[in-house]
Amino acid sequence: MGKTLFDKVWDSHVVDSISDGPDILFIDRHLVHEVTSPVAFLNLKRKGIQVLYPNKTFATADHNTPTINQHLPVQEKQSAMQLKMLEENARTHGIPYWGLGHRKNGIVHVIGPENGITLPGATIVCGDSHTSTHGAFGAVAFGIGTSEVEMVLATQSILQPKPKKMRIHVHGELPPSVLAKDVALYIISQITTSGATGHFVEYTGDVFKNLTMEGRMTVCNLSIEMGARGGMMAPDEKTFQYIKHREYTPHGEDWHRAMEYWQTLYTDHDAVFDREINLYAEDIEPMVTYGTNPGMGIGISKTIPKASEVSGSQQAFKKSLDYMGYQEGEPMLGKKIDYVFLGSCTNGRIEDFRAFANVVRGKKKSEDVHVWLVPGSHHVLTQIKSEGIFQNLIDSGFEVREPGCSACLAMNDDKIPAGKYAVSTSNRNFEGRQGPGARTILASPIVAAAAAVTGRVTDPRTLN
Amino acid sequence: MAYEAFHVLESTAVPLPIENVDTDQIIPARFLKATERIGFGENLFRDWRYHQDDTPKKDFILNNPTYRGKILVGGKNFGSGSSREHAAWAIYDYGFRCVVSSFFADIFKNNAMNIGILPIVVSPEFLSAIFSAIESSPQTRFKIDLPNQIFTILDSNQSQSFDINSYKKNNLLNGFDDIDFLVDKREEIVNFAFDRPF
Repeated sequence: MGKTLFDKVWDSHVVDSISDGPDILFIDRHLVHEVTSPVAFLNLKRKGIQVLYPNKTFATADHNTPTINQHLPVQEKQSAMQLKMLEENARTHGIPYWGLGHRKNGIVHVIGPENGITLPGATIVCGDSHTSTHGAFGAVAFGIGTSEVEMVLATQSILQPKPKKMRIHVHGELPPSVLAKDVALYIISQITTSGATGHFVEYTGDVFKNLTMEGRMTVCNLSIEMGARGGMMAPDEKTFQYIKHREYTPHGEDWHRAMEYWQTLYTDHDAVFDREINLYAEDIEPMVTYGTNPGMGIGISKTIPKASEVSGSQQAFKKSLDYMGYQEGEPMLGKKIDYVFLGSCTNGRIEDFRAFANVVRGKKKSEDVHVWLVPGSHHVLTQIKSEGIFQNLIDSGFEVREPGCSACLAMNDDKIPAGKYAVSTSNRNFEGRQGPGARTILASPIVAAAAAVTGRVTDPRTLN
Repeated sequence: MAYEAFHVLESTAVPLPIENVDTDQIIPARFLKATERIGFGENLFRDWRYHQDDTPKKDFILNNPTYRGKILVGGKNFGSGSSREHAAWAIYDYGFRCVVSSFFADIFKNNAMNIGILPIVVSPEFLSAIFSAIESSPQTRFKIDLPNQIFTILDSNQSQSFDINSYKKNNLLNGFDDIDFLVDKREEIVNFAFDRPF
């Protein structure tokens, strides 16, 4: 019997298997940030253990960082301490560290691919659930907890039971104005936030083949929101072109040797998945969420479902709508918006800024809306400037902030006030995710752009 | 970090019959700024437990002195969302040693076991029976027998077996952690890594 793409990558990294227990999985790349690493480093210090492969480990500051005045000392004491600890820990162990203001600094899942750290066929982990992003390159990439961060620092390995396999095939071609984000939100709305739990997902079909690498990253990023351990796509010419000549990508002979391995990374025709999901691109339109988990999403022209129509607990559904201040059966179009957030590891890449800028070009920011445009990295910020998008956005009344996770999880000052509504290109609309009492509507960059110029939930297809 | 070994636990339980309890509810992101594992229990379920002026919300279960115990019983898909181990730390630090649900998110389940919390998966019907038992008497006691992998509602003597792989079971029974196990394997790992393509 053939192997799936996931089997090929996973199996080639198994150092040993424990009988009736997990596999010892070798990790090629470990990404570290300031929030989930300090306790791991502290434990290593207590045990007198050095990081085994500092050259396979990369550290950046992103989760708990300001997005303005990054050249000034961080004011908030605990945040400043976390940043200082990461810098010290990286120095102690000889780990590359790209702190605030460094030209390679940015959100961990944006800078990995940018610098060629993310490679096809690699195993990649990080103390962050959106590590699934890197699956866009054909990597087995997944989020881990701090105990596991400690394991990887100490041994470049992790103990993991091998997940089951799921294939999600989207047939057909995407309609205009439907972006990668909409595809992912649609999948989650169909299979729920626990629909892929216990599984590693492979996305197949022309829809994904035709996406840019940025679009593929957006889809894989949201794998965790359907409960999956991770999600991946087979690498192709587009993947190889993207990674070629990046700093940490193999060069010369190493490139050719790696390519021999990468060319084997596809699912064999007779491989078997534990679950198969088939969906149709023609059914997808720009998506918005109306509730408090990413599975509570609908096409933007639809109405909020009635409690009697949803699967799962009606009580939970009603609690969710109460939190959002919405009623069942209402349309989402025309809902008033207070904030717009463009950014995050989901949609903070250059393509997302291009898409946003294309919609707002020649228009003005709505005066009623606060808009935070936060690039995923300094590299993205530089691109925004060099492509003229920066000026384009300024002309429309927007400001572009400095890179970081920002309002996606609101650990810094970028918090949506209680009761206010935000159209956000991020990944989670949980209660209080973007600030205590904040109400989040997840959407694509162009739905966010349409909201930014109208102050309401607006269909980008009908915007004049 | 080593933890207290887990054998047999008898306790009352705290019910939280809500589906999709995500890790942002268990511990909101603004409480992830610590650099040591201290005091997370104070902020467990912070925004469900306290008003914004820090006064307790009277209707939240943790603020009701009737409900106590070392077992937290949650609705389906408990622990979804972020990979933050801080969520498991908060639950442990508050005093829970076991979380029961009909379904757990993967990363939360791993994190829980790695720090000495036993996540027990029971059938949806048995979960309902547990919630009903607590509703009719908050003093209902439960027994978790890890060596025999059996969860029992003591008052009614209803029980159900639960799954756990023998490696993790052995760790929990002895208070071992994975790190010690892996550190012993470093030589094997280094040999494995010797000739990789990147």
